[in-house]
Amino acid sequence: MRKILIKGGQVVLPDEVIGADLLLEGGKIAKIGKDIEAAGAQVIDAAGLTVFPGLIDMHVHLREPGFEYKEDIASGSAAAVAGGFTQVCCMPNTDPVCDNAAVVGYIVARAKEAGLCKVHPIGAITKGEKGESLAEMGKMKEAGAVAVSDDGRPVSNARMMRLAMEYASDFGLICLSHCEDRDLADGGVVNEGYNSTLAGLKGIPRAAEEIMIAREIILAETLKKRAHICHVSTKGGVQLLREAKARGVQITAETCPHYFTLTDDVITSFDANTKVNPPVREAEDVEAVKAGLRDGTLDCIVTDHAPHHVDEKNVEYNLAAFGISGIETSFALSYTYLVRGGVFDLSALADRMSAAPARILHLEGGRIAEGEIADLMLADLQEKYVIDSKKFVSKGKNTPFNGMEVYGRVKYTIVDGAVKYQAQ
Amino acid sequence: MLGKDLLGLWDTSAEDILLILDTAVGMKKLLTQNLKKLPHLQGRTVTTLFYENSTRTRCSFELAAKYLGAGTVNISASSSSVQKGETLIDTGKTLDAMKNDVIVIRHPMGGAPRLLAENVKASVVNGGDGMNEHPTQALLDFYTMREKFGSFKGVKVAILGDIKHSRVAKSNLFGLTKLGADVTMYSPATLMPQGIDRMGAKIARSREEALAGANVVMGLRIQLERMHGGLFPSLSEYAKYYGVSEEHLKLADRDCIVMHPGPVNRGVEFTTAVIDGENSEINEQVLNGVAVRMALLFLLCKNRQGGNESA
Repeated sequence: MRKILIKGGQVVLPDEVIGADLLLEGGKIAKIGKDIEAAGAQVIDAAGLTVFPGLIDMHVHLREPGFEYKEDIASGSAAAVAGGFTQVCCMPNTDPVCDNAAVVGYIVARAKEAGLCKVHPIGAITKGEKGESLAEMGKMKEAGAVAVSDDGRPVSNARMMRLAMEYASDFGLICLSHCEDRDLADGGVVNEGYNSTLAGLKGIPRAAEEIMIAREIILAETLKKRAHICHVSTKGGVQLLREAKARGVQITAETCPHYFTLTDDVITSFDANTKVNPPVREAEDVEAVKAGLRDGTLDCIVTDHAPHHVDEKNVEYNLAAFGISGIETSFALSYTYLVRGGVFDLSALADRMSAAPARILHLEGGRIAEGEIADLMLADLQEKYVIDSKKFVSKGKNTPFNGMEVYGRVKYTIVDGAVKYQAQ
Repeated sequence: MLGKDLLGLWDTSAEDILLILDTAVGMKKLLTQNLKKLPHLQGRTVTTLFYENSTRTRCSFELAAKYLGAGTVNISASSSSVQKGETLIDTGKTLDAMKNDVIVIRHPMGGAPRLLAENVKASVVNGGDGMNEHPTQALLDFYTMREKFGSFKGVKVAILGDIKHSRVAKSNLFGLTKLGADVTMYSPATLMPQGIDRMGAKIARSREEALAGANVVMGLRIQLERMHGGLFPSLSEYAKYYGVSEEHLKLADRDCIVMHPGPVNRGVEFTTAVIDGENSEINEQVLNGVAVRMALLFLLCKNRQGGNESA
């Protein structure tokens, strides 16, 4: 593999941003310093660019096997590197469900064929995501699974989740919990509140999410096990997590760009691209999610990348599929709203989008240091552009952000020392 | 001025509402003279596309169109066909290709008329969509109120019943607040939607408070499926604590009018004595519904000068 010399960029380190060159060699970051010379190296002129650790998204839906018309591992990987991601973890709600080593192995093999970013499968917690009996977590781990989750279908039975947390810990796996009390959600499609009443769409109360967050906190606390809360969207959820962490509960949590950028005002357009589960909430929730990201209550930003076919969105709001194709807009939205928006600095952004998910799932990478793997992302933070879903690499064009002006364009994505994406 | 469609009163101006009501005055005059072969919509086609059962709304639209000389087509889609089969957009484009001028749609899901309107050249009238809006019902309610009181300023309207699932309550609220009336609502807590107070409704703490001095007492139909869904325990308990009897009606203004969008559950929302009492305008509402829909269809078609291609 050819050496790569990244010259003249601003490099985002865990505690500071420095002007430095990076030499990549043998898939590793060989050297960080001023005015590095390296004969024969491919030189990337990073003047005006900012170098981040490769972004890591621990919550995506790549849809393969079974729903390749929405997305497949190759198209999802291509979208990921276009979004600046070097590692993604894909949820198991495929067809068949990723609840056994064979499907895990299939995903790993397909990702290798695609050869773009690293794809880590997440196995199901229960067989068929049915919530009834544990999936073969040990065998899935051996085949490459990095966590377990019944994402999209909450584990409704508390005893089942208790058993899952206990059993998963034997294999060093963490349960990622999609928190939704289905009885309270009761078929709702948007946040319950003023706007659901205005639009006449059935609401999902915040309590549906918060009650299950509370349950997972209590289980993790009493069992002394780790647990991770998926896509936190409410102020109450952030508060529960903050209190639990203060008590020392081993709980981590994620949120998504749509929860710190959008309020449910957007649903009154009836644009089904705004339909996502959990639903986008209200201004006070947006502020709470930002505060949670700032103080680390919310450990990381994920996309919950949920590509859908246009026919699944161009229907009545109630009939439309839940989900946002988010992997190509996550960095720009996060940079624009959180760094330019004054929530935190570039190092914190790199932590929430790279280091934190690596810590939670024990993945390599996540930071820029000599000897670390050479997973990097270079972005032009000054570049302002308008999000255009037609230009998405993902098969899923379903985004509520179309037409929004953002800052921060991904220019290069480097995986294990090889350029896997370069902006045109 | 009224646009291509009428999707709801949330985004309809007071001026447009009054224009429709004013136009309906002439229509009602013709109706009461039993003139039912009018030329206003000759050469026009009005299609009703109903994904939910309805007798009065559909019949009212169809007669309104026929009285004005339009051709009418009625399409009933079973609610199961919403889930499978042709998509709403495809159905709309088919009806469009057949040169319909107006499509009246009723649909169990909020926002469906808007989705249709965005995808067809025909004018779309919302005949009730899920829990969203039922603008023509509210317009006929306004017509009935104005006929009785002359204006809306300071008129106290009490709306009682299943507010949460009621598109009628919302369209009434949206229009009445623009017209200057005061709207008070009362329902079991399980049937009161969040945030409706921020849309201009006063939420009463008791049936008595809601009724006190009301000029209009409007009941909303209680659907049995809500009881089966656990939202209230029984019809008799509902009637006892939330229904309106002659005794309760004495709390309202002496000259109040009793209204209901129908169909009424006798002995539940209102006692029979209230439904058939001298304050009741329930049957007059039905007649006004035809007049208001005639006015609306006429105004929408007038906007479509070149027919189907103009939009």
